[in-house]
Amino acid sequence: MTEPLVKFRDVVKRFGNFIAVKRMDLDIYEGEFVAFMGPSGCGKTTTLRLLAGLETPSEGEIRLDGELMNEVKPHERETPLVWQSLALFPFLNARENVEFGLKMRGFDADVRREKATKWLERLGMGEFIERDVSQLSGGQRQRVALARALVTEPKILLLDEPLSALDAHLVIRMQGVLTKLQRELGITFVYVTHSQSEAFAMADRVVIMGEGNIQQVGSPREIYRTPKNRFVAEFVGRNNILSGTVQNVQTDTLVVKTPSGDFSVPNPEDRTFQVSDPISFSVSADLVTISVERSDADNCVECNLISEEFIGSVVTLFLEANDGTELKAQVQEKELEKIDPKLQISYYMSWPTRSAHVLENNPSEE
Amino acid sequence: MIKDAAISFTLKAYLVALFIFVFAPIVTSVVFSFNSDRFPSIPLGDFTFHWYELVLNDPDMLTAALNSLFVAVVSAVIATAIGFCTAYSDYRYNFRFKGPYLALALLPPTIPLIIMALAMLAWLSKIGLSGSVLSIIIAHSVLCMPFAMAIIRLRLSQMDSSLEAAAWNLGASEWGAMREVVIPFTRPAIISSLCLTAAVSFDEFAVAWFVSGLNKTVPVVILEIVQGNIDPRVNAIGTFVFLTSITLVVIAQIIFMKNQKNGKAS
Repeated sequence: MTEPLVKFRDVVKRFGNFIAVKRMDLDIYEGEFVAFMGPSGCGKTTTLRLLAGLETPSEGEIRLDGELMNEVKPHERETPLVWQSLALFPFLNARENVEFGLKMRGFDADVRREKATKWLERLGMGEFIERDVSQLSGGQRQRVALARALVTEPKILLLDEPLSALDAHLVIRMQGVLTKLQRELGITFVYVTHSQSEAFAMADRVVIMGEGNIQQVGSPREIYRTPKNRFVAEFVGRNNILSGTVQNVQTDTLVVKTPSGDFSVPNPEDRTFQVSDPISFSVSADLVTISVERSDADNCVECNLISEEFIGSVVTLFLEANDGTELKAQVQEKELEKIDPKLQISYYMSWPTRSAHVLENNPSEE
Repeated sequence: MIKDAAISFTLKAYLVALFIFVFAPIVTSVVFSFNSDRFPSIPLGDFTFHWYELVLNDPDMLTAALNSLFVAVVSAVIATAIGFCTAYSDYRYNFRFKGPYLALALLPPTIPLIIMALAMLAWLSKIGLSGSVLSIIIAHSVLCMPFAMAIIRLRLSQMDSSLEAAAWNLGASEWGAMREVVIPFTRPAIISSLCLTAAVSFDEFAVAWFVSGLNKTVPVVILEIVQGNIDPRVNAIGTFVFLTSITLVVIAQIIFMKNQKNGKAS
């Protein structure tokens, strides 16, 4: 691939004794939509602020377009940010807000007006160009903030949880607006969020962060189907995580002994296991089958139903194995009738060996 | 229901009493300023502009008024400028001894005026400034600064903390962000601070009396007039002073209330 647009090399950011970002290495390419996702305090917003120059790295290098950015002041870089609070200037109207970046760069008044109008119209704000910010709705302000950041035609746009203040139906609509915009402009979007649905819906690549570390980088599908470690498997959710020791090593499969029973998992190609090594694996909740009778699938575990969560077409069943391990199963609502779920009755959860996925240790445990 | 009515009546009566208490002396003074009698007494004499003519034709009075005006304007500008810097440093930075720093900045109004005035006189005469207009300006700037700071600080506290960073992010240098974002955002507070501190300086007597020397301000001249005898000119002067101050305060209040409303909307 071509030279990356953004390079993080051994970047560390400390605030006093607290380490917000622990040795980050990451490349972001031109035209990519990258989402940073993680729980609050995981370092994702700090990463974005490092990129915008609002924080200076304690160690390491950040390069933008090949140029070392560590000491470059925020106003000397082209890294516009869409803020979580939007941070629109309340004393300026929509057009003047959009013009701000151009004004600071010394554009003439008529050029500024023309560009600002063009961007506001492009984002469907043509009617509201001269409106005061206080007279705009949440979704409209969002568009003004986007226009303000994009008017200088940057190579990269940073977005810090921009949709977190919007109503659910507006979030879906703005997701559409953002993806379309990113595709049309072909510029890099770096998007920070704690919302899995936002990240998975829009991003080409997702960076999962936790405790200041990058836990996994991959496409939404990779992260969903093959979480790298326990942290990712738990954060992405709806994963059954089982731990135990290796009991038997074969070419393709490992047999794992856990307190809930013995299970076979695919033998990962990139790691070698020996008998009695500790091992964890995950099985996605939507890949398991629930039955009343013991099934003859590769893996089967007896469990009790604890509760169910109905969210429409899909129902999540929360179960418990005999040793107390929590298990989850996602079942289509229409198939639920076959099982007729009742509390405190024994069911069997089963899955084929290939649905299981061996996890690495969390980086912080190494 | 009866109880509600009783409470409502009591509150209204209280409000009326309060206004009478505050405004009766001022209204009396205004009324007697148009009264032809030498001594304030009821029934009133004829309606006259005589006292106003006397005041307007008195060169000492004119000098004092110009002095007061000059001192008020310059002190208001200095106090507001220092107050803005103090409020901004509090908003923007965290540093050791910030508590004592702020306490020190807010200290002047808590010192009894007479002590303040004496201290000012002692200090200013030591550095050879006592008796000049400059000395009144220095003293009044010190006195007014805390008010300016309090007003501007309140406005800054309503500013989204990412607003300034957003300006940098869009290509504004620190000075650019100050000019294009911080000052426009605090402008209503700056204007009301200018009005309010000008009013405080214009009315201030004790400190001005101690440090003014020959460059008397209006309140100092008033005292000199009433010390000698009862002179209805004082009523006329008082009416002027009252009008000036109340105008400034009302302007400050209107701008400030408008700015509070905008602050909430944004």
